[in-house]
Amino acid sequence: MTAATDRRAATSRDTTNAFASGSLPAWSPWVILGASLGAVAAVFGLIAAATGETFSIIGTVFFGFLASTIVIVLISRLVEGSRQATNRLVTSLVVLAFVIALLPLISLVFTVVSNGTNRFDIEFFTYSMRNVVGEGGGAIHAIVGTLLMTGTATVISVPIGLLAAIYLVEYGTGRLARAITFFVDVMTGIPSIVAGLFAYAVFTALFGPGERLGIAGAIALTVLMVPVVVRSSEEMLRLVPNELREASLALGVPKWLTIVNVVLPTSIAGITTGVMLAIARVIGETAPLLVAAGFTQNLNYDLTEGRMQSLPVFVYSSYVAQGTDAQSYLDRAWAGALTLILIVMLLNLIARLVARQFAPKLGR
Amino acid sequence: MNITRASGFAAIIAAGAIVLSGCAANEPTGEAPDETTSTLEGTLVGAGASSQQSAQEAWVAGFQSANPGVTVEYDPIGSGGGRDTFIAGGSQFAGSDRAFKDEEIAEDAFGACVPGTGIVEIPAYISPIAVVFNLEGIDTLNMDAATIAGIFAGQITNWNDPAIAATNEGVELPDLPITAVHRSDESGTTENFVDYLAAAAPEVWTYEVSGDWPVDGGEAAAQTSGVVDAVANGTGTIGYVDASRSAEFGTVAVQVGDEFIPFSPEAAAAIVDASPLVEGRGEGDLAIELDRTPDSAAYPIVLVSYLIACNEYAESDSVELVKAYLSYIISEEGQQVAAEAAGSAPISNDLFEKASAAIEAIK
Amino acid sequence: MSTETVQSIPKPKLRPGDRIFSGSALSAGTLILIALAAIAAFLIIQSIPAITTPAEDITILRGTDFFSYAFPLVFGTLWAAVIALVLATPLAIGIALFISHYAPRRVAAGLGYIIDLLAAVPSVVFGLWGGNVLAPAVQPAYSWLEKNLSWIPLFEGPASGTGRTILTAGVVLAVMILPIITAICREVFLQTPVLHEEAALALGATRWEMIRVAVLPFGRAGIISGAMLGLGRALGETMAVAMVLSASGAVTFNLISSQNPSTIAANIALSFPEAYGLNVNVLIATGLMLFVITLLVNMLARFIINRRKDFSGAN
Repeated sequence: MTAATDRRAATSRDTTNAFASGSLPAWSPWVILGASLGAVAAVFGLIAAATGETFSIIGTVFFGFLASTIVIVLISRLVEGSRQATNRLVTSLVVLAFVIALLPLISLVFTVVSNGTNRFDIEFFTYSMRNVVGEGGGAIHAIVGTLLMTGTATVISVPIGLLAAIYLVEYGTGRLARAITFFVDVMTGIPSIVAGLFAYAVFTALFGPGERLGIAGAIALTVLMVPVVVRSSEEMLRLVPNELREASLALGVPKWLTIVNVVLPTSIAGITTGVMLAIARVIGETAPLLVAAGFTQNLNYDLTEGRMQSLPVFVYSSYVAQGTDAQSYLDRAWAGALTLILIVMLLNLIARLVARQFAPKLGR
Repeated sequence: MNITRASGFAAIIAAGAIVLSGCAANEPTGEAPDETTSTLEGTLVGAGASSQQSAQEAWVAGFQSANPGVTVEYDPIGSGGGRDTFIAGGSQFAGSDRAFKDEEIAEDAFGACVPGTGIVEIPAYISPIAVVFNLEGIDTLNMDAATIAGIFAGQITNWNDPAIAATNEGVELPDLPITAVHRSDESGTTENFVDYLAAAAPEVWTYEVSGDWPVDGGEAAAQTSGVVDAVANGTGTIGYVDASRSAEFGTVAVQVGDEFIPFSPEAAAAIVDASPLVEGRGEGDLAIELDRTPDSAAYPIVLVSYLIACNEYAESDSVELVKAYLSYIISEEGQQVAAEAAGSAPISNDLFEKASAAIEAIK
Repeated sequence: MSTETVQSIPKPKLRPGDRIFSGSALSAGTLILIALAAIAAFLIIQSIPAITTPAEDITILRGTDFFSYAFPLVFGTLWAAVIALVLATPLAIGIALFISHYAPRRVAAGLGYIIDLLAAVPSVVFGLWGGNVLAPAVQPAYSWLEKNLSWIPLFEGPASGTGRTILTAGVVLAVMILPIITAICREVFLQTPVLHEEAALALGATRWEMIRVAVLPFGRAGIISGAMLGLGRALGETMAVAMVLSASGAVTFNLISSQNPSTIAANIALSFPEAYGLNVNVLIATGLMLFVITLLVNMLARFIINRRKDFSGAN
């Protein structure tokens, strides 16, 4: 956005000389924001002092921001004209959107971290819940279960989803492609618990009643994951400029090599984001895993034998079934939630690094 | 470039392998410990009521500690799911907040059992349900069944209502609207609570008894924990929860006869003893017809949750395990650990005798 | 679209690599169709008893027939999802623009990562947070709305005493789908051809005008795609809604009372554990209805995208 910063090029219509038109100095928004915050804080402070109510920080920030937006738009309209004023209004709105989105995030992270650190200790990562009542115990069984089941789901659904997206964008024409696109959309609407019931029903049909396996949980997650992978990869592949494909084909490169060497690397960052979204979507699923993979207090490495615990189920059941010593259950639940978030963050980070390795170095 | 990338991947894989190959510090490593004399081995699978989950955790822990070769899995998927799994033969025992109905037993389609032999039902988990409220400075209130029913039916809407004041002389009741919180999920706790209301205050509570909350109105929250949170976070709230979760709230003493009985494990166990068994059931079927309006000093709002097993198993290898596990649950030690972990009421000696006879007969 | 250019090449030579690759792509697509067909078959087979059995034999219906049982749930599902989408989409576009076109390049990647963090939060945690932090925090606002704006049907009251209303659930859902929509929009906005942007700026457009003429038309299909993905999640979200919403089965547009319609997914989660026999079939049948709803919503979205195809894609 190098050029975008040179706002002076765009001026109001009534000035003849672009370089002599009125424009606010670059520091003006910040000064106005600061002044508005100060003024609103003073007003709120006076009200708080007069009524004896507590001083609202969020209210101050919100109304201060609102006031500064109005002031800057008015001033800009007078000095710079209506187009610049609209521009500044939109800038304020965009920043406001970001700030609003940060509020729940901060609140959430604060809640999870402040509650989760109570039990975020070595025992939590080395103990399962076998033979643990009340205090103590850990979540190694849940961590292992989550990693195994989500990992399996990813290994199954990313190739399928990516290949399907490639088919849709590069090969697919006519009825089949349209059918796949459409039904992939429909698949996003499967309630997660139904996916769990489906996987459970499949494995019951295959292995007899009451069979709850880690692999069944992985299948349930796959069902939930595939549509997200397809949908986001499809979107990213479509964005690859046709000029690149044509250039490669014109050089005599086979189509499949064009896709592998040109199309995929160009869109790898977006695809990675999509895959990470899909993982984040399923790694926190509770209901399907409870139905399909069951519940256990024991460590289990075998996807094809016996029940498997997962972190969301661990968190949910610790919250739901608190015994008389409720606090230690709650502490474990929050520590589990914190662990889950950290795992997703870590995966995200790794994925980004990998994507950066493969992505072509662009000129700008 | 390629070398660093490859080594990066290798490092990630190595780190993952280390994490995944670790062993839980508290789990058996495969070498049998010498100090125990238990010869039991194998895996026992049960599924059912989530109300029993805390108690089952304690029982499983106690039982596995005594028998290191055994693993007991209890899926807290809910009573309905537990009964269906048991019928399908997917589990060796079930936990359920209600006994099987006569017609369900008559169908005689229990997957794990020998056809025609019937089932064992033991009311091993008895938990008082406390009516809790969140009013500043008030720890206990006396109410009769009609008042409780009126509050939860939405007819009594303010804490200074004369109906509440009448049984609470000397308590300063605030002028505050009542927010009645009930379970939004279907649950045995709800079923037992409304069963009490329907039996003890039939003129106010005219709704059908089921695990689903029947009244439109009031506030709903998921699971006992949700009700606890809603009652704790709201003002002027009232709700019904498992007694083990009532510590932070004021609780209601319920009128029985002329007395007001606060909940206690003993008073809850007393009502089970005062109640007759359901008639026409098999030898080992100890299903209870709860008497919600007793004469004695018993606390009438209780949840009784059953352990359900076969009288005769089609496959005999799980019989020893089932018998040992159920015997442990009804034993004094088993009832004690559940009382500590889940706040349940230990079963009486009388019930213990009947239950252990039923368990002995399992084959 | 992209394939047309390829087809215009006269008789491309098919290499084995090409055959294998296109074959596996095709089979992946077909596999998805087969899996979906299996799920649909599962849903339909399991749903039939719920509709064909006389209603009085099914305890969960409480005397009414299946469709009057399902109607409030369908309404609640749509209503909660609409609230979430209305709150989240403008915010998400704003955030995506902020990251792609407003924030300094070096900060932008970090900011994107922070928003992605929201996607990392499992729904159980959203449920805990929504019920225990958000609901008590917004309850005073609901009381205020009831006092001052009760002439608007949306805020009719009586205000909930705990704040566990459909609006709270909608806000939680909005926060949950925000990172999904944002991530897709951001990626699409970043793909806007730089030449288009520079052309707009060179013609004297302000930054907003550049975004309006170059970025938004280019990204429109992506925005709708992202919103649909978010909608899919909002429609199907189970645990968070179940843990936050005080559901009573009422059909009302009232946003702030404790009488709220439940959603299909939340209702399944809440009723399923105690369900047995035919009740399970009823719940699965409501799942089938959710499936159909998603189908209709997606048909609508496809229709909208196709009508405005002129701007979509890189061509």
